[in-house]
Amino acid sequence: MCGINQDPEPSGTGDGTGTGTNAVFTALLEDSVEELYESAPCGYLSTLMDGTIAKINTTLLGWLGMDRETVVGRLRFADLLTVGGKLYHETHFAPLLRMRGEISGIALEMKVTGGGRLPVLISSVVKHGSEGEPLLIRTTVFDASDRRTYEEELLRRKQEAEQARAEAERARAEAEQARRQAEADRAQLADALAVLQQSLLPASLPLVPGLETAVHYHTASANRLGGDFYDLFPIDDTRWGFFLGDVCGKGPEAAALTSLTRYTLRAAAFHDPEPAVALTTLNSVLHDRYTATGDPRYCTAVFGIVEPGAEHDQATVRLASGGHPPALIVRAGGQVDSLPTPGGMLVGVLPTAPFTTAEATLAAGDTLLLYTDGLTEARTGPTRKNLYGEEALYAFVAARAPSAPQEVITALTGLLGSFGDGLDDDTALLAFGVPAARPHTLPATDHLR
Amino acid sequence: MDICSRNNVTVTGRPDGPAVVLAHGFGCDQNMWRLIVPALADRYRVVLFDYVGSGGSDLSSWNEERYATLDGYAQDVVDVCDELDLERAVFVGHSVSAMVGVLAAKAAPERIGALVMVAPSPCYIDDDGYRGGFTAEDIDELLASLESNYLGWSSAMAPVIMGNPERPELGQELTNSFCATDPDIARVFARTTFLSDSRRDLKDVRVPTLVLECAQDVIAPREVGAFVHAAIPSSRLVTLNATGHCPQLSAPEATGEAIQEFLESLQ
Repeated sequence: MCGINQDPEPSGTGDGTGTGTNAVFTALLEDSVEELYESAPCGYLSTLMDGTIAKINTTLLGWLGMDRETVVGRLRFADLLTVGGKLYHETHFAPLLRMRGEISGIALEMKVTGGGRLPVLISSVVKHGSEGEPLLIRTTVFDASDRRTYEEELLRRKQEAEQARAEAERARAEAEQARRQAEADRAQLADALAVLQQSLLPASLPLVPGLETAVHYHTASANRLGGDFYDLFPIDDTRWGFFLGDVCGKGPEAAALTSLTRYTLRAAAFHDPEPAVALTTLNSVLHDRYTATGDPRYCTAVFGIVEPGAEHDQATVRLASGGHPPALIVRAGGQVDSLPTPGGMLVGVLPTAPFTTAEATLAAGDTLLLYTDGLTEARTGPTRKNLYGEEALYAFVAARAPSAPQEVITALTGLLGSFGDGLDDDTALLAFGVPAARPHTLPATDHLR
Repeated sequence: MDICSRNNVTVTGRPDGPAVVLAHGFGCDQNMWRLIVPALADRYRVVLFDYVGSGGSDLSSWNEERYATLDGYAQDVVDVCDELDLERAVFVGHSVSAMVGVLAAKAAPERIGALVMVAPSPCYIDDDGYRGGFTAEDIDELLASLESNYLGWSSAMAPVIMGNPERPELGQELTNSFCATDPDIARVFARTTFLSDSRRDLKDVRVPTLVLECAQDVIAPREVGAFVHAAIPSSRLVTLNATGHCPQLSAPEATGEAIQEFLESLQ
């Protein structure tokens, strides 16, 4: 095709073509049935009904490496099989053949002289006599070495796939178990945290004669202990202590600090209720416990004493602040004052820290508000980049003044809610005040209390 | 599911005759008894069934835990006997079923009054001083054979019956289930069968027992038949001039006669 040799006659043909065809045809005719049986490309085997081998072809003898004399009349078909094959033969092959008179395509292995095994595919048919009685079994045997290798590969893949599936299922079950365990652990932890959090905050505010009180506490995360704290408690028959603050950090360490702070302030208040003294005591305790041991921790706090008047028409407040935003006073007249406490330092940073005490009188209708910076540092605006700030807080409160303590807290709670995810810190709000002589609240808000 | 459906129970023969329960072994199903049933049907009430997992049983009732011990199969026997309210029936068990019958007779003595153990073996694996005929490796090889023929399963099941004009009872339906077993179930049954060791249970047999062995049986050699016979004082040993493990197929007349003779001796 590719070359330039145009010789039209293929070599080796010519006038001998007809002679070659005849030779092949003649050879085919001369292929005797006996020769076909003995040298067929498959094994032939005839047995009596009890399996005794009566006839076997040369091909099969060659495969098995056996002599005709040692096989015919001496061995049974099952004797040619491996032990596993014998069991299969007895339990499946022979019963099926007996019942059906025919069986085909059964995979077995035959023993080869010298120790090898020959994978074979076997088909058998029962020959019956004229009365229908079974006479003998004719069996063909195919060498299935290559096919068996392939099938074993398939089986191996199948087993691997099944194993992989089982392992995947097991892994999935384990993951599910781990997930359930983690969920249970988390629930347990949340319960523990809730209990712990309860120990850091008063369960409810006490009733203070001559004062109305309100509080709100927002926890940034249910899974973490808050770092803000507050309290209101009686000191003696006429005076009440209160405090509100924010410890540095979050989580268990912050909770430990909060706990220490709370019980120190409570204890200090009974020892010497002078606000600046209580904060000084707290400063010493925190400094000695943490900062002096190389673990600087601190808090901001407002601590104060409130003494309602005997006539319940006014109350005196004395308070000191350590690094905390100033208290707000919403006056009955509508203006909003802050109660500055100059010089207040973060509590616990320095060995000694000066705290000064400020004093104010709450008249009927006045409300004092303490808050933590979670409120003023909430991020606002579309990009959450701006901080809410003290100015906005003053404006917010002023717009609603005058307000009773619960009104202030309710309004601010609504404000916190409006921050959405911009509010990412804990926030504590505590308000108290002398009830107004006549109600200046709208009736609609009464039922919210 | 009721027991008759679960175990594909067939009741035939003489309704008021003594009950004879025929139980198949590992490999096939109740059709194994096709050639024996006619000989018994005239005089006996013949009960056939398939163990759960075999033949026409309800495969959804199978679970590996139950059928991984011979006790699970014995419970099938007791369930069938209870369902039919059989009293002192003769239990004919082939191969592993012979031992299942021993366990069932122990569990429900009021149900089973005599045993025929066809080609029984209480332990297939050679043990110290005991010759069962096989090693543990041989059994692994059988399991491999089962696996190898998994692919050829459907062709082995081809419903072809040839040259049995004189046996019209070999109906079309038998080939549809005969020897057809889910490979996973077959594997469990094979393990349970060939790895079992029930030698100690033989001494508990109190009922008249016929041990029926073949002269040439690869699976249950004659030493094993002698062992079983010696272990059961109330037993009689009959050796059939038959080859293979299934005399009810290879020598149905002789097998049927031996069973009938034993049944008559019980009257």
